[in-house]
Amino acid sequence: MTKVLVVDDSNSIRDMVSFTLKSAGFETVEARDGQDGLNKAHTSTFDLVISDVNMPIMDGITLCQELRKLSNFKFTPILMLTTESSGDMKMRGKAAGATGWLVKPFNPEKLLATIKRVVR
Amino acid sequence: MDIQTLVDEVPVEGEYSLEGIDFITSGEQYLTFLLSEEQYAVDILCVEEIRSWESPTRIPNSPSYIKGVINMRGIIVPIVDLRMKFNIGEASYCETTVVIVLTVETEDKTRTIGFVVDAVSDVLNVENNEIKPAPAFGGCVPPNYLAGLINVGENVVTLLNVKALQAVEKHQLSQ
Amino acid sequence: MSIDLTQFIPSFLEESFEGLELMESSLLNLEQGDDETINSIFRAAHSIKGGAGTFGFQNVTEFTHLVETLLDEMRDGRRKIAQEDVELLLGSVDCMRLLIEAIRDETECDEDKIAVNAALLEKTLATSNNDITEATSTTPIEETPESTSDTASWQIEFIPDHHLVQTGNDPLLLFNALADLGDITLVANAKELPALNEMDAEELYLSWLLTLKSSASEDEIKEVFEWVEDECLLILTKEEQSEPEITTVDEPEITPADEPEITPADKPSSAQVTEQPDKSETLVTEPEKVISKPQSSASSATEKTTAKAKNDLGSIRVGVDKVDSLINLVGELVITQSMLTELGNDFDLSKIERLNSGLEQLLQNTKELQESVMRIRMLPISFAFNRFPRLVHDLAIKTGKEVELVLNGEQTELDKTVMEQIGDPLVHLVRNAVDHGIESAEVRLANGKPQKGTIMLDAYHQGGSIVIEIKDDGGGINREAVFNKALEKGIVDENTTLSDSQVFDLLFEPGFSTATEVSDISGRGVGMDVVKKNIQSLGGRIQVESEQGKGSTFRVNLPLTLAILDGQLVRVGSETYIIPLITIVESLQPQKELINRVSGDMVLYRLREDNVPVIPIYQLFNIPSEFENIESSLLVVVEAEGQKIGLMVDDLLAQQQVVIKSLNDNYQQVEGVSGATILGDGSVAMILDIAGIINMALTKAQNNQRYKSINQPQVGQLVSEGVNL
Repeated sequence: MTKVLVVDDSNSIRDMVSFTLKSAGFETVEARDGQDGLNKAHTSTFDLVISDVNMPIMDGITLCQELRKLSNFKFTPILMLTTESSGDMKMRGKAAGATGWLVKPFNPEKLLATIKRVVR
Repeated sequence: MDIQTLVDEVPVEGEYSLEGIDFITSGEQYLTFLLSEEQYAVDILCVEEIRSWESPTRIPNSPSYIKGVINMRGIIVPIVDLRMKFNIGEASYCETTVVIVLTVETEDKTRTIGFVVDAVSDVLNVENNEIKPAPAFGGCVPPNYLAGLINVGENVVTLLNVKALQAVEKHQLSQ
Repeated sequence: MSIDLTQFIPSFLEESFEGLELMESSLLNLEQGDDETINSIFRAAHSIKGGAGTFGFQNVTEFTHLVETLLDEMRDGRRKIAQEDVELLLGSVDCMRLLIEAIRDETECDEDKIAVNAALLEKTLATSNNDITEATSTTPIEETPESTSDTASWQIEFIPDHHLVQTGNDPLLLFNALADLGDITLVANAKELPALNEMDAEELYLSWLLTLKSSASEDEIKEVFEWVEDECLLILTKEEQSEPEITTVDEPEITPADEPEITPADKPSSAQVTEQPDKSETLVTEPEKVISKPQSSASSATEKTTAKAKNDLGSIRVGVDKVDSLINLVGELVITQSMLTELGNDFDLSKIERLNSGLEQLLQNTKELQESVMRIRMLPISFAFNRFPRLVHDLAIKTGKEVELVLNGEQTELDKTVMEQIGDPLVHLVRNAVDHGIESAEVRLANGKPQKGTIMLDAYHQGGSIVIEIKDDGGGINREAVFNKALEKGIVDENTTLSDSQVFDLLFEPGFSTATEVSDISGRGVGMDVVKKNIQSLGGRIQVESEQGKGSTFRVNLPLTLAILDGQLVRVGSETYIIPLITIVESLQPQKELINRVSGDMVLYRLREDNVPVIPIYQLFNIPSEFENIESSLLVVVEAEGQKIGLMVDDLLAQQQVVIKSLNDNYQQVEGVSGATILGDGSVAMILDIAGIINMALTKAQNNQRYKSINQPQVGQLVSEGVNL
């Protein structure tokens, strides 16, 4: 089963994303901030990481950079959830090694359609 | 189904058999009981339980007909002696003395109260048109408690208004 | 498949309330240059905005966006943190709260208030010289009006950078997504593939030519490749077109500007190419700019229990640790149970000792289990204290006084229901302290006090109860004024001598007030009498201490739990009664010399300095008793409402914890009885209501007095001295 790491400090968003993915047959693991996400990444391999940008302790951009340092996350697709549609965020994400982004607010259908580009 | 046959056949005390009673009727069912020699009845749907008499815990400064409270599966249930309340016969407490526990919804509340009677009789199946109006005067039971009269053979069974019974306690305590 | 988002809304509402609380308390504590706090406030607003957008609460999104923008400017340093801005933000938090509450309660909220606040925010934002155009768009990328509705055939040339896969993108999956738009066929081009020994496994050497039959617009097609647009060459050709147009764009460095591409919009089929000459280099320098967020920040409480909406009876969030402890204890109980069952299977008297130890174990297990379960309902009083910083802050501004609030003992736990009900009384007491207690700055200075007044809220456990103190270092209560007011109202007469605490207790008489009430501070017309009543209905009591010029202390005593009571069982005649242990001062065998009879039917017992009236329970309750005179009975001295009385009983029995059952459910309130309980033998016992008994005794005495001549002032005095309410 495709395993997804969902990182977001907002319980409701995290629940929603996780639920959506699970209904589509994915396996999900949740983290509530970047550090938590990184800890979980150390203990398991994932096929996809979906992470919010604005989080306490460690934000999404930093998480992305840290993940890319791990050997088993070199090519893992990492999607950033961002509320900004500005090019700035996209650039920073890309610079950090993110695969792509999803702009908030999004609905479950959009989420599923989008992740098709990076997982089966 | 002849009510009279039913009355004859069904055992009187402690247990009552519901065998042979047609549940799908257009009428209602009532549990009859004795206060001294007189027969009374209440809607059976209100009957929660029938218990043998046990000495309750007294409530300070309560009227004499309120015997106290008992513990019924963790619930505190007040016990009212109907014989004393209505002044019918003598209130004695022996092995056959029985407490009928009634649960009724009044306004927004559900109340459970136990009533001491001399004996439990049987279950009556009564059509609504068989209930005759109760007399508005005379008798020791105040009219607001009376829901009607039922003729059972040669006898008369007084139907009591359960909601009125449950409101018994409100009157006291305004010293 | 369509997923119902409404199931996540309660969670969103809950976390939004938490976020708003965080914003409020952080704003109150905000200092200049405090980066971390302003960041956390921003994040909270940002989260709420994001969630609101996701779940479709447009009004919240729009309003919060303004708040977020202002906060963003502050955290970026583009705007200094000014006090008016903080006040504006506090007001905005109130508005957000109204909006979220309206969603939760499915009602309308005060639109005007929101509009006014929003206008203020906009005005404030407009005075900054920063370009706010960037922050206005929150809508996701939408399709441009270039979409055609009829199927067209597209030729797509996709030439990815060699490093494309290193960002986690997989071209095949991109094509998968593309396939969602229509039918595709593709041909791979392996021309660039080097020899096997020269190949770098992490590099991509392939390129593709695809054909797509789709009714999608050009933008929709390009969107599939949006993530990799900088890392590839993408040539889109709509069929029936002669030449695709290729425009190259130079991209020297990354700027916080818009899309770096130029698309000629008039040509019906525009081709677009983006090329990154030397992206890798600029990429390397980029990371340094990006790492600016602080790594360590204060983390909020993790698994602590949280309760939401003050009057929420619905649910409790319980920390996992409490649940685990519960599970362990139940486990132990099960073990004890099976041990006892086994013992009972083949029991004979030789096993008595094992039975006893088993039963003791059972007692221990049940005790621990009970404590553990009670603790589930216990929450730290911080939930009740949380509203006070804001309250005091606002009140201080309103009254023009300088007040500092100090909170102590916030972690002290108490029952959830008690906490929910103590909130309002506490608010009233704190309001009082600010309004009447703390003097104005000038007065304070004139009296050699620090300009800033202090109000301290404290909570701690004492015995089986929780004590909450509201202390102020204000002007204290004027005893004279209080006494005179009581005189005026006829509550006392001139001859009544009262101790200080008795005078202050007069404050709780209905209709009492010694100061002109500031109408809107006292709002709902809640008087001190209601405060006292509320506290008493929780089984607690309130006392006042005050020193003129120095300050006052209001002390509230509450039981730790409403449902369980530590009781002393006593016997009167054949009846067993329970006296709440918390009320018992002393139990004793009366000594003949200390008994004094007054006017025949009143008995006083001298307990050290006090003359304690003796109340025979059997008389009060009209029941037979074993002993009818005090000399042969036992005396249990109890206290309630600052008044001591001695209850005359036949015998003292055990002390035990009892579960309080209300008589109200099936019966009604009984005077002198606060509830009932079921004893170990299954019988019912009444729990005495000491305050009620005092009342009953007083009424009885007053009734008796009417029949006595007036020539016995001693009686009247003693009665009012001894039984003073």
